[in-house]
Amino acid sequence: MQRALVIDPGKCTGCKQCELACSYEKEGVFNPAKSRIRVFDFHQNARFVPYTCTQCDEAWCQQACPTNAITTDAFGVKNVNDSLCVGCKVCTIACPFGTVNYNATTGKVIKCDMCGGDPACAKACPTDAIVYTDVEQAGYDKMAAWAKRTDAGAQAN
Amino acid sequence: MHHVIIGAGPAGVTAAETIRKHRGGDRITLLGDEDAPPYSRMAIPYYLEGDIAETGTYLRAAAGHYDDLGIDLRQARVGSLDAGAKILKLDGGDELAFDRLLIATGASPIRPPIEGLDLAGVQTCWTLADAREIAKRAEPGASVVLVGAGFIGSIILQALVAKGVQLTVVEMGDRMVPRMLDEAAGTMLKRWCEAKGVRVLTGTTVKAIAKPEAAKPAAPQPEPGFFARLFGQRPPEPTAPPAPVDETLKVTLDNGETMAAKLVVIAAGVRPNIGFLQASGLELGAGVSVDDHLRASAPDIYAAGDVAEARDLSSGQFDVLAIQPVAVEHGHIAALNMAGNPTPHRGSLNMNVLDTIGLVSSSFGSWMGIEGGDRGQLLDEAGWRYLRLEFDGDRLIGGQAVGLTEHVGMMRGLIQTGLRLGAWKDRLVKAPERLTEAYVATAQGIK
Ligand SMILES: Cc1cc2nc3c(=O)[nH]c(=O)nc-3n(C[C@H](O)[C@H](O)[C@H](O)COP(=O)(O)OP(=O)(O)OC[C@H]3O[C@@H](n4cnc5c(N)ncnc54)[C@H](O)[C@@H]3O)c2cc1C
Repeated sequence: MQRALVIDPGKCTGCKQCELACSYEKEGVFNPAKSRIRVFDFHQNARFVPYTCTQCDEAWCQQACPTNAITTDAFGVKNVNDSLCVGCKVCTIACPFGTVNYNATTGKVIKCDMCGGDPACAKACPTDAIVYTDVEQAGYDKMAAWAKRTDAGAQAN
Repeated sequence: MHHVIIGAGPAGVTAAETIRKHRGGDRITLLGDEDAPPYSRMAIPYYLEGDIAETGTYLRAAAGHYDDLGIDLRQARVGSLDAGAKILKLDGGDELAFDRLLIATGASPIRPPIEGLDLAGVQTCWTLADAREIAKRAEPGASVVLVGAGFIGSIILQALVAKGVQLTVVEMGDRMVPRMLDEAAGTMLKRWCEAKGVRVLTGTTVKAIAKPEAAKPAAPQPEPGFFARLFGQRPPEPTAPPAPVDETLKVTLDNGETMAAKLVVIAAGVRPNIGFLQASGLELGAGVSVDDHLRASAPDIYAAGDVAEARDLSSGQFDVLAIQPVAVEHGHIAALNMAGNPTPHRGSLNMNVLDTIGLVSSSFGSWMGIEGGDRGQLLDEAGWRYLRLEFDGDRLIGGQAVGLTEHVGMMRGLIQTGLRLGAWKDRLVKAPERLTEAYVATAQGIK
């Protein structure tokens, strides 16, 4: 069963608990700058948009990786294997969502890995703007449809 | 059905795997002429730096990967192709017949017109074999001259600096990476390198490399004595200063300056490997000419990767885009077509990312812009930051960044999807640093 983070920006109040939870879970510090989920603040429109990797089927990052360091697990999550990542950053330019980033401290790339099946951001979200749920139930995210348009050819799986 | 793939780089390996995925029963032969299992040239710099072993460069880590997939991986060099008869001649005399063929032979380094290129200690940096030679000579403190500061040259530059050599870079263009970054960014990179102790000579060429006649013979090594034989090591000796690095080559520049070097690395560009196709009857341009399904000019023959002259998404023209992500993309699409799933190739996006001694730069698509298009530009010389965005109407068509590593992929997303930015376009012209905001807002329909 594929599960995904389903984000409903309409419910986000911009409290940034998800960023704090993520940075603490993944980097051991409460520092939004180190979070793998980011809340965009469109204050003029009074809108907040939490934003992170959609674990897209196309897996641009995985395809571009020269050392097979990014793999897809049984739940559809794209994971970076630190021992194989050489830090070349090609995945950071190949990902059309910009959700794989380089961490200069470790010399490796980082991305959302859904905390191995128990995402800290979803647990921390007080308004259910971020929920962790079955993909089928959630239907298709807007972003997934768009991903198709990035393809150089029709993606016949 | 027998599929033969020439070249076991990223394009060839991706193609073999993709064909297997769609054609369980077909025969697949993957031919490579190098002395290592399929590997990634891109990982060579990290091997040179000592971050990874040779095995860390392999495209697929699992032993038995190709066997498990029923891909017959063979070490062989193809000497010629008879496109009509569908037969390959291999070096050594064997022949190999195919039903469908993929040409994925990559490219080879250009040898610039410099006297002395064949001397020991003068190396291109393209294969694992090259990298092994470079690793032998690029010891800490050794004087090294790097010829060419293009994209590949600059990647090697990083690895050489990491090895602690005394580096001089000679680039004939007016700046570093002239085909990836504009003047502001390329000049910033040069200043950065100089601040890090690398000598960068732009607008300069190497004229000749020579071996000085009377190289001093090395002092004879004393025979291992009793202690050495007993303990496997030398007895304590009064410590002598380390032997001076053996600078064996004399490099002469076009301005007359000469310098000594232990190693000269040549990175003066690459050229598609099409030599073996000259008599094949296939249409050739700079590379193998292909159509919008990556088909070459004869039936059942395809090309992919550095060797293919395929569509460039930005210009709409057919061109060689010699980068890893494009090789994989081509390999995937060519293979779908070979497997009987007609799949058009819309065109690939040129994009590069470079880490130059800690300063990260990237460029995408038409980074130089088009006539009549608008531009957003932010230059922070003191902060080592630069961002330039190029638009056609309200669409992003190109971009480059220095000192930016967060969400850079969004540039690809915006360019390749052709998403209309609407009101955000003018905001980006004034403040390009709002790129990530613009991306998320546009995708979410926020005006
Ligand atoms: C040091 C270095 C760093 C790089 N860094 C980057 C980077 O950061 N980002 C990026 O995008 N790209 C980078 N590249 C470029 C990238 O490696 C190439 O674009 C990519 O390898 C192209 O893949 P390919 O499969 O088309 O060709 P190749 O990887 O060149 O594979 C082709 C294979 O075919 C073999 N072959 C050739 N002729 C024959 C024949 N007649 N018979 C049998 N076999 C044959 C070749 O020996 C080779 O093994 C780098 C390259 C180098 C050398």
